[in-house]
Amino acid sequence: MQLSTKHLLGIKDLIPQDISLILSTATEFKGVLQRPVKKVPSLRDVMIVNLFYENSTRTRISFELAEKRLSADTINFTASGSSAAKGETLLDTVNNILSMKVDMVVMRHSASGAPHFLAKHIPAAIVNAGDGINEHPTQALLDAFSIQEKLGTLEGKKIVLIGDIMHSRVALSNIYLLKKMGAEVMVAGPPTLIPKYINEALGVKVEYNLKKALEWCDVANVLRIQLERQNQVLFSSLREYNLAYGVSRKLLDGLKKEIVIMHPGPINRGVEIDSDVADSNQSIILQQVENGVAVRMAVLYLLSGRKS
Amino acid sequence: MKIILDKQQLHLTISRLAHQLLENHLNLNDVVFIGLQPRGIRVSNMVIENIRNLYPAEKVQYGLLDITFYRDDIRDELHVANKTEIPFSIEGKKVILIDDVLYTGRTIRAALDALQDFGRPQKVELCVLVDRRFNRELPIQPDYCGKAIDTVISQKVKVEWEREEVVLY
Repeated sequence: MQLSTKHLLGIKDLIPQDISLILSTATEFKGVLQRPVKKVPSLRDVMIVNLFYENSTRTRISFELAEKRLSADTINFTASGSSAAKGETLLDTVNNILSMKVDMVVMRHSASGAPHFLAKHIPAAIVNAGDGINEHPTQALLDAFSIQEKLGTLEGKKIVLIGDIMHSRVALSNIYLLKKMGAEVMVAGPPTLIPKYINEALGVKVEYNLKKALEWCDVANVLRIQLERQNQVLFSSLREYNLAYGVSRKLLDGLKKEIVIMHPGPINRGVEIDSDVADSNQSIILQQVENGVAVRMAVLYLLSGRKS
Repeated sequence: MKIILDKQQLHLTISRLAHQLLENHLNLNDVVFIGLQPRGIRVSNMVIENIRNLYPAEKVQYGLLDITFYRDDIRDELHVANKTEIPFSIEGKKVILIDDVLYTGRTIRAALDALQDFGRPQKVELCVLVDRRFNRELPIQPDYCGKAIDTVISQKVKVEWEREEVVLY
């Protein structure tokens, strides 16, 4: 058993069996993380470089922890404070690092397609940790893992992605993954933040009314408003956004059923989600973070063992 | 193809292993049994069933261990992980590992490594159904052995669970 791809560039390239294999392997790694010694020797002598051209807290720490729990050796690279600031190209930087014998690259970049470009030019296995507004595959995998853990299965479940769909790589990866695993997907948010023709292109439902979306779903994955990627005004103010599309306690109390609340972080409290929702029992936000380490361990383990 | 143990012999052998284990450990208070995933657990399930018929069943502590992440051949071949379930502490306990066929000894080496991550047992013993005694690659020997056989590397030993037989191919 092995993955059908050499790299994890996006969920788009995976087949459903790959996703099932990653999720079932992650279940066993979650077991490892509950042992007295939370470390296995699987990736001993595998060198991994974490290449972060864009800011990150959760993903970087999560990857680093996953690597350490697998006994891999790691080096960290952040664009600020490196020669990238002096104008070195991405390919030059990576080739220089690879000449020091590195087996895998975990990479985040603000340009969509940067890891795909790199995959064409270097022999090491690449894990995409988020590229621009394209994909964030490990986030989608850990979201799916968390939903599966909470609800037992993905098949037939109704999941709504709320908010900034246009600029969210988490949204795109989630849509690909959930559709492949047989879930129903809806996107909800203001029309300016939802790409046109997304219904035809990706086969997802579109809803502009938050209350209706919440009434439909089993799980609501609330996305962050990505102000740093918006170069034009797409809604009038954060306050107005919160009034129309913020997930509030009052809104949830008005529903007939209790839905599961997720958020990939970092949270803008009081914008897309209110504090009393984010911190409630319905929310599995911190479980998502916990599961992230196990899921990333599974990805690194399965990619490292793949024969080219 | 040669049948090493037929159905009747297999059940007798497993029953003997259960008796031997109890003979050496009259008191199971500080003893835990661990079957090795994936192939060892059919044997360990049967051994434990036998022991539970001879000893107060609820006092027999039994867990499962998967050694996939501790293998030394990850670079050559990837294996699918199985469930590990050790719902008790092994600290200071006598651990009895149960597997089906002891061959190169590498699985047991990995199991010993994995066990360390759960605590420090007082003692570890090994119980196997079949011992291919001339093919060892590591200095590991069983304490309880169902049947020792002499084989060459090109041969395969398999427990056929549908027919409940041990077969040499």
